[in-house]
Amino acid sequence: MSAPHNAMTPETPPLTNGSGTAAIFSSGVGCFVLAVLAILGDKSALVKGGLAFYKPTGPLSGVTTVAILVWLFTWGILDWRWRKKTVAARRISAMAVALLALSLILTFPPVADLL
Amino acid sequence: MEITERALWTLIHGMGFGGLYLLACSGALVGLYQLAASPTSPESRPGHERFLRIYLVTMVVLAWAAVLSGTYAIYPWYRAAPPPGTVDLSMFPQRLLMSSPATIGWHSLGMEWKEHVGWFAPISITMVAFVFIRYGRDLRNHRQLQSAVLIFGLASLIAAGIAGFFGAEIDRYAPVRGGNTIEFSQGEAK
Repeated sequence: MSAPHNAMTPETPPLTNGSGTAAIFSSGVGCFVLAVLAILGDKSALVKGGLAFYKPTGPLSGVTTVAILVWLFTWGILDWRWRKKTVAARRISAMAVALLALSLILTFPPVADLL
Repeated sequence: MEITERALWTLIHGMGFGGLYLLACSGALVGLYQLAASPTSPESRPGHERFLRIYLVTMVVLAWAAVLSGTYAIYPWYRAAPPPGTVDLSMFPQRLLMSSPATIGWHSLGMEWKEHVGWFAPISITMVAFVFIRYGRDLRNHRQLQSAVLIFGLASLIAAGIAGFFGAEIDRYAPVRGGNTIEFSQGEAK
């Protein structure tokens, strides 16, 4: 009978928090980049035009595509660097949550209009 | 009884992918909390963990299907520009909403927020699923990760709720119409 997934055995060292922290932080970064690009696209005609990757959808296509690419790239890099490490998860997770909260606020149109 | 092709896609996007995702969200949050927070609970059995893993992956698929269908199938119909001189704007939902002070807010606030905030749901739930699959029950040994996962899961529910609410209301005031008509059945007078 095989051991259940993630089961701890004397041979397997406990998982470090690096991989999970990388995933959490990059999610915050992805959401924040999306919010910032949405505002930039709204404020600048040049950015708006440049982000219209798929014309029928307009700048939303570029905003989301770039944000997704930044998210995945950040995730890949951080996971590669932190996977086997124990990092300051409390501080990094707090930063990720702050970025997420900021993203939710920045995408709210009345707030974006103030900027 | 009939429905237009575009209305059917809107239904699949909103009630299919989005609605199911919203329904699944609260269940996922409870499951994650139970599994990670109470080490002695019977819910921490491997069978429950496997179920939650499949449940979260299904949510990831639903979330991505909702935003991709919304952004690339329905949104272009919503924002289509009418030819100059068009009087009947019923086929152009965005312009229809913007044509009246009573409805313009559904676009300028509702759609403008929904089109961006909705994307936080798949990003967040993908991360939640990844962390849970990677750590499983071991997540309870990483309190900081556990808290962040629950916060992102909750944010995902809020983001999907905002998108769902505005989507439903916008479709009520300016439904996406057009395309081929699909007939389900022929009515008979009684």
